[in-house]
Amino acid sequence: MRTDALIEQLAASRPLGSSPRATLVAAIAAGLLASAVIMLAWLGVRPDLGRAALTFPFWMKLFYALAIALIALGWTIRLARPTGALRSSAAMIAVPLALIALLAAFELARLPSSGSTAMWLGHSSNVCTERIVVLSLPILAAALIGLRRLAPTHLVSAGALAGLLAGAAGTLVYALHCDESSAPFVALWYTLGILLVGALGGVSGRLLLRW
Amino acid sequence: MEAEAQLKGLMLAARAGDAAAYRSLLRQVGAHLRAYYGRRLGRGAADAEDLVQETLIALHTKSATYDASQPFTPWLHAVARYKLIDYLRRQRRTQMTLLEDADDLTAHADHEAATARRDIETLLTRLPKRAQTLVRDTKIEGLSTAEAASRAGMSESAVKVAVHRALRALSSMLAGDTKP
Repeated sequence: MRTDALIEQLAASRPLGSSPRATLVAAIAAGLLASAVIMLAWLGVRPDLGRAALTFPFWMKLFYALAIALIALGWTIRLARPTGALRSSAAMIAVPLALIALLAAFELARLPSSGSTAMWLGHSSNVCTERIVVLSLPILAAALIGLRRLAPTHLVSAGALAGLLAGAAGTLVYALHCDESSAPFVALWYTLGILLVGALGGVSGRLLLRW
Repeated sequence: MEAEAQLKGLMLAARAGDAAAYRSLLRQVGAHLRAYYGRRLGRGAADAEDLVQETLIALHTKSATYDASQPFTPWLHAVARYKLIDYLRRQRRTQMTLLEDADDLTAHADHEAATARRDIETLLTRLPKRAQTLVRDTKIEGLSTAEAASRAGMSESAVKVAVHRALRALSSMLAGDTKP
């Protein structure tokens, strides 16, 4: 087809698409819904949710995951544009981790050394990380579908940030079930789950985000 | 930069539903892209035109990723560059490193007619002066043989013979000239 004919065809309608922010927020919302449904069917909400909502550890976990999710969302939106690229300011995503590591160190310092292993391992370390990863998968899938409608030019970065976002969002969902409450546990196992999903997102980005 | 202000204005108008503005935008962007890809892929590559079309389609479908509060040409350049790199990757020509900025895209516009005219002019200068004048007068300016003859102070039949010889010389130049 000659280019003139193509131009006539394109000019017959408006330039297309929905904004990166709208697309990704909608995608994450859909993913969260799917993840929540899976969590309810598979694991169930923790029975003491009402009581837990009055304790510090519950909100610590929530705020940790929420902080990472919001920072990652901002960067994913940026990276969804052709002009978007990672800058050094993206390092701020490590701030929530630094804070929780500080809290973990504080909690450990208050204990006799014999108690610290229990702090690190809790009673569910062998399943916690993998459950976070599983619950993050629908959210990662939704984020990648959203990104395919957009125009990232740094595919691995976009995928990785979408992965961190999905991991943090999956953590939020999981926090409604998980009854671990020590900062060292969260700092280690939750973070590991989020990072694994980030890595998965980075690999998927390279494979799936071309346009 | 002039191109920035104009292209951005057209893009925003196009988003608001102005079809004429959109058509104008696509034509101008097409000209810039043709020059941009032509320089990098070699003039005369059929692929360059395919890439121009692909990029115009991408502009159309991914337009919402342009943030109206930002300059337009860097966005356009990022899209063009991405498409070029993807094309080179598909062709396995990944050795090129593209060091450039948005000005590289909008500094040149390749309009086909202008290019053709330029090529003809280049060939004409290889003819003797009088032949050049006669060809220009009769074929480009559109004068009749009689008018060209009186301008040159020659008879009409002499003009006809001279023009005929000049055109033959031009066509053998075009046939033998395989440089892009």
